[in-house]
Formats: sequence, structure tokens, C-alpha cells
Amino acid sequence: MTSFPADRGADIVRALIRVITENRAYLSEIDGAIGDGDHGVNMAKGFALCAEKMGPGAMSLSAALQLLGETLMESIGGSMGPLYGMYFIGLGEAAEGIDQIAAPDFQAMLEQGLTDLRSITEAQIGDKCLMDTVVPATSAFSGALAAGAEFAAALDRMTEAAEAGRDSTKEMVAKIGRASRLGERSRGTLDAGATSCALLLAEMAAAMKPMLA
Amino acid sequence: MQRLINDPDNVVEDGVKGYLKAHPELFAATANARVLKYPRAPIAGKVGVVTGGGSGHEPAFLGYVGENLVDAVAIGEIFSSPPARAFLDAFAAADSGQGVACLYGNYAGDNMNVKMAVKMAAKEGITVKTVVANDDVASAPRDQIEKRRGVAGEIFMWKAGAAAAAEGAGLDGVIAAAQKAIDNCRSIGLGLTSCTIPAVGKPNFTIEAGKMELGIGHHGEPGIEVVDLASADQAAEMMVRPVIEDVPFTAGDEVAVLVSGLGATPLVELHILYAKIHDLLGDAGLATHRAYVGNYFTSLDMMGATLTVMRLDDEIKRLIDHPCHSLGLTQGRQA
Repeated sequence: MTSFPADRGADIVRALIRVITENRAYLSEIDGAIGDGDHGVNMAKGFALCAEKMGPGAMSLSAALQLLGETLMESIGGSMGPLYGMYFIGLGEAAEGIDQIAAPDFQAMLEQGLTDLRSITEAQIGDKCLMDTVVPATSAFSGALAAGAEFAAALDRMTEAAEAGRDSTKEMVAKIGRASRLGERSRGTLDAGATSCALLLAEMAAAMKPMLA
Repeated sequence: MQRLINDPDNVVEDGVKGYLKAHPELFAATANARVLKYPRAPIAGKVGVVTGGGSGHEPAFLGYVGENLVDAVAIGEIFSSPPARAFLDAFAAADSGQGVACLYGNYAGDNMNVKMAVKMAAKEGITVKTVVANDDVASAPRDQIEKRRGVAGEIFMWKAGAAAAAEGAGLDGVIAAAQKAIDNCRSIGLGLTSCTIPAVGKPNFTIEAGKMELGIGHHGEPGIEVVDLASADQAAEMMVRPVIEDVPFTAGDEVAVLVSGLGATPLVELHILYAKIHDLLGDAGLATHRAYVGNYFTSLDMMGATLTVMRLDDEIKRLIDHPCHSLGLTQGRQA
């Protein structure tokens, strides 16, 4: 079965850190339309702190994702700290003790992350938030595996669903978070959390694919 | 952007250093750089009082750490909730073994981080109970009062809860006093300009020249309506009406009134506004027992003001009159 070695975890998390850092201004700009414009700034600050803690060495995927989650939870606050913190800790915990990550392992990770997210928020698809990205992306990966897809193809389906989920937030009226105070005025712009989530899932897939053997 | 900062990404860290150096009698550092405590906290036998929230509202939140006020504060990024770990560390810094009252405002991030911190505290043997401020009448209709934001009424909530703690009330008594205070508070904001988060570098939203926004939130959340810029007297009328029309004010009540600038409105203008507010409340049959006018709860460099009116009964009046000493609020015993 196609898989990648779990000890490449630090490389995958470094790719996540890079994509958030590179999109710092873009994410803040999206947030500025209906939020307070600091999403990119706060995310970049938390991810950069994780890079400092990781140093240059290798780490298992489980340890690297949990370090990222714990750093976000402890350092960035806001809503995104607990949400992304819980999500990455959940992904990491589900990878514990696995040396070669195969598609069913990654499916279990995605599902654990979503379960942990749901333990702290009642947000649903349609609320204009990161759930609009993470829920369809998770289903798409699982659905592709169930239909007999290879790991790489299932990652592609996940990325497509994440990006479609992100785009779906544009026409939504926010039902949760600070943007929900805007009512109709929140329509017409992407949600910043859904956007950063699509960047992260797409980057995770892109980082994993060349490692597959 | 014309601002006195070093690094836009380190505004909070750099500011905290200054607060610590300037006011050693009020602030002590803790192991967590995002938590400050009153130097004498935890105070033996007293229920701990904790608050926390995003920065940019100074003197809130840290400025209400002090004698007979808040024991420890969790400090977030500009306009962003502190992490759960900061709330947890603040609980630990405030707890003398009598439990901790966490009194904070109704925002999604704060709710989530406090909820997680309360769970973590339970594992460490610290009992924490919470009161969530929801005094902003403009942020949701009365039948959705649980959705309303907490704004400057939080100061009265901290004052009442902390005074009850100083008088020796147990945790449930402190929580009841703080809850009663906020239940009797109603607030509204009025914004004349936007504000700029230093790390973002440009204004957060736009209020056109010649306009003002009634019901604006502490982070620039849109209000009830954008109206033409008006005189202070007219602005006072626009602010007083929605506040006293909301429950629970009735003619004959005594009230405490707080007019806070949003950061960039001169004090003299706040007093021009207050003069009319005072008269309008009087016309409505509300006698002002105590008024606070100044920069108590701000929004970076926004121009404008918030009005908070709290209905008093004998208990809340006593708690509000209790002496206290902090950067944001200092008062002696009422003559």
C-alpha cells in the first residue's frame, strides 16, 4: 500500500508554516473585509513560534502536528487558537505510533481532527467559517478511498473539496463569530478561517504527495 | 500610520513592559508573559477575581487589576482573545483556595478560551465560575440578549464582583453580585472614526467624513445605523434613548453612569456629551448617583464614546461605592 514515512513530519509542518507566513497579508486583507483584519497576523505569529520551537531537526508527523497544535492553542488566542489548536492536536494524536502513514491512517487523522474541533464549537457547514472547508475536505478524502482511489488521488479530491468549500463561503451570511454581527453585510467576501484552512489542507496534500512510495 | 511603536508585531509585549515598570505597586509579572497580577494576589481568604480580553482597549483590561478590584488578568493580542493557557495561569495567580470568579465579555474567542481554561483549571483543583457580560444593546435585539456583546459595562461588573470579594463573599456570592451588576447594565457605542491595528497598518473599516455610526462595537463592529455627524447634545439623545428603552430602567431609579472615550476623543468633548446625558437621564426620572467620564474602555485610536447606565439597588450601590485603587479606576470611600 502506498504510504510515506512518519518521520518526515517536520517537513510537512514546515510547509504549513511556510504557506501561512507567505499568505499573512492576504489572510489579513480577507479578514479586514468583515472581521478585524488580524487573521493573517495572528496565524503567522503562532506558526512562526512553532517554527522556532521545532528547530531544524526531524520529527514524527504525530509530534510535529501536536507541537503545532499546542503552540497555536497556547500562543495565539482568539477563536483560531483553540480551533486550529484542537484540530492539529487531533490530527497528531491519531498518528501516534504509526511509522508509515497510509491512506486509511490519514483518513483516521482527518476524522479525529474534525471530532476534536466539534468538541469545542457548534459551528456547522453553512455558518461561514472553517467548517465549510474542513467538513467537505474530510468527506472527500474518505469518499475517494471508499471508491477505490489511491492515496495521491484522494489527496487531490481533498484539496479540490477544501477549495470549493472555501469558495462556498463567499455567498454566505455569517452565522458565527464576529462577522455574524454583520448579518447581510457579511455576504460577498470569503471567510478568513475557511480560506486559511483551505491553504493548510492543500499545502498538506502537496507536501505529502512527493513523499508517497 | 503615525504611531509610537517599535515593532507592530510586538505592541502588546512592549506595552506590558511599560506597565510593569511604571506601576510596580499595581502590577507584578508572572511566569506567563501574558498574565499580570496584583502584587499582593492571591489574597488569603478572598475569592480571586480574574478578567481578560484582547488588547487595544486600555486601560481595560489590565488597568482594572488593583486593590479591591481584579486580582489577575489574561492579556490577548490586539482585539483578540487571550489563549486558554493565559486564562488558566491568571486563575492560578488569583486563587487563594477560595475559588476564582472569571468575569469577561461575550465574544466567540473569549468564550472558547475561557471554557477550555475552566476545564484545565478543574483538573488542577481550581474552582472557577464565570459571568459573561452582555450589556451592548446595539449588538442584538432584546429577545436574543445572550448574543449581545460585553462592552464598558464590564467595568461595573468587575467593580461589583471584586467589591463583594473584598467584603468577604464566597465564590457564589461574588458571582451573584457580578451577574446582578451586568444584568442591570445597558450600554451603547457611537463611533466617529475608524481605528488602526498597528500590525495591520490601515484602518479597520470606514466611517465617511461627516457621518457617525450609532451602536458601533468595541472593535468597529457595525452598529444600528450610520447617521450624519451631529452635535454632542443630539448625539447624547441618540445614545440615551436606546439604553433607557431597554429593560430594566424605570422612573425613580438611581443609576451609575459611565461615559468612556474610544481612544481619540478629547476629554472635554466627553464632558460636553456627559452634560446632556445627565440631563436626559434626569428628564427620564433617573437620578445619577455616581458618574464616571473618561477613557475607561477604549478602541485603539477610534473617535467616539460609549454610554453605560447601571440601575442601582442598595447592594449594587454599596459595591460600586466601595473604595478601590487601580490604573483605570481609583476612588475613596463615598462621603
